[in-house]
Amino acid sequence: MRELFRRQPRFTTSDEEDVRSQVPNDLWVKCPKCGELAYNKEHLHGHRVCQRCGYHFRLDARERIALLADPESFTEWDVELVPNDPLGFSVDGETYAEKAHKTTAKSGVTEAVISGEITIGGRPAALVVTDFSFMGASMGSVYGEKLSRASERAAAGCYPLITVSASGGARMQEGLFSLMQMAKTTAALTKLSEQRLPHIAILTDPCYGGVTASYATVADVIIAEPGALVGFAGPRVIEQTIRQKLPEGFQTAEFLLEHGMIDQVVPRSALKASISLLMNIYQQAAGCLVPPERLVAGFADA
Amino acid sequence: MPESNERSPWDRVQIARNAARPHTLHYVNQLCSDFVELHGDRAAGDDQALVGGLAHFRGRSVMILGHQKGENTKENIARNFGMPKPTGYRKALRLMRHAEKFRFPIITFVDTPGADPGLTSEEGGQAFAIADNIYAMATLETPIVSVVIGEGGSGGALAIGVADRVLMLENSVYSVASPEAAAAILWKDAARAPEAAAAMRVTAPDLLSFGLVDDIIPEPTPAHEDPAATIVAVGDAIERHLDTLIELTADGPGALLQARYAKYRAMGRWTETQQANITTPASQTT
Repeated sequence: MRELFRRQPRFTTSDEEDVRSQVPNDLWVKCPKCGELAYNKEHLHGHRVCQRCGYHFRLDARERIALLADPESFTEWDVELVPNDPLGFSVDGETYAEKAHKTTAKSGVTEAVISGEITIGGRPAALVVTDFSFMGASMGSVYGEKLSRASERAAAGCYPLITVSASGGARMQEGLFSLMQMAKTTAALTKLSEQRLPHIAILTDPCYGGVTASYATVADVIIAEPGALVGFAGPRVIEQTIRQKLPEGFQTAEFLLEHGMIDQVVPRSALKASISLLMNIYQQAAGCLVPPERLVAGFADA
Repeated sequence: MPESNERSPWDRVQIARNAARPHTLHYVNQLCSDFVELHGDRAAGDDQALVGGLAHFRGRSVMILGHQKGENTKENIARNFGMPKPTGYRKALRLMRHAEKFRFPIITFVDTPGADPGLTSEEGGQAFAIADNIYAMATLETPIVSVVIGEGGSGGALAIGVADRVLMLENSVYSVASPEAAAAILWKDAARAPEAAAAMRVTAPDLLSFGLVDDIIPEPTPAHEDPAATIVAVGDAIERHLDTLIELTADGPGALLQARYAKYRAMGRWTETQQANITTPASQTT
């Protein structure tokens, strides 16, 4: 009986760099949570969610855009912005510029953020997504600038901003420039508020540090994917500080929901529909939003 | 202690952390009359690591906010070494809104190792609390002057550090993560903190040259060796900047807020390339 009340197995930190890389070939995908094997084709078709236990694999930026945007509706913004090395930063003989080049070659993206205009259910929106494979989607100057421009464009174009964030936090290689991106991106969001335009934030695994403590959590609606780890300090840092194991489920999306920090936990399969529904509701709010001529033909307002 | 121009970034980190350096309440007690401390976030508690209240500063009613380190171990434990918890940020936000309502200028003293890396702070939503403050400060309709008097540590500092003027004492430091944390992230070795401090360019002169802070208050003698003179110099600098900012608000807060937005909007360095050889998602989403 006593066993029943014993503390559950401890929370384990999610260290896997990219769970997909552990799979020997592209044919099968193994769920890191329940061990279920799935055909890669089916796995992709199911938006990388384990059909057995519901584990949400990480998506890269391209997959994320495909998940949310209407087909062929994405027009990328600011692709020409790439990292600069304002500090002359170098770690063990490797400069920041070299590291960024290497990461680009490996990940196929030039920065941790991709932004652009999309339509969702025929309605235009600004979309900003992160790509964790680029330096842990840490927030530096390019990230901050792309996000700020997206906010300002959404405000000017009179449509909502949707951000999808996974991030390890601030980019050490840009020092205080990266801390100030928290102030900059958050300030840019005030331009949306002035226009009474909504910012819908989607928090995905893992989301930490400067991103969680800035633009991503001052949204009008905050949605997290099931099981996503979201916090300020990482679990390892906290464990080292308090010298005890963290409770099971600590910093998960469900934990945040229970503690009143976020609005909803929405599974990936329902994410686009949830956003679409919200956009529909804001559409009818006072002072809103998208002028009728911007609506894609054939999509009458509900 | 080496002469000012020979000090390494790590030397500055050590000076910034010197326990004999004046802390927020030293400045308040010597620069202000009639300090009325205001407590609590009206929801969950009163954080001793972040103090605030109303005061008269050189003829003006102002709102003061600051991280507060302890003078001894016992007090440091009570004040969590100057690391605020969510209640602290929420108290700060309450006092900032209060200041805005009565059009009191806000003076903040930044002196924290950073946010609290603890279980309860995470449960209490510290990321959300920090974000709320940063967001509010972007459009707060009253002048804000912030002075980094010791350690400016990450989000814990920024949560009261978004300001029309950010001043740094010559030997203070300001960084995105403590040098130890950055070294742990970069090399998995906190002992390489001195290298991280140098690489991250945490000193006042470097940050002024980047345009990330607005002014440096010289310390001809380091603050811990001559606290009285340092405090007066800080008071003079705050007064000078406040005068300018208040002039700017003569016709309402519009010009002040525009300038604040432009200042933060311009922060960041990047390169614009013409290369389009990277495959963009646009061609792959179909």
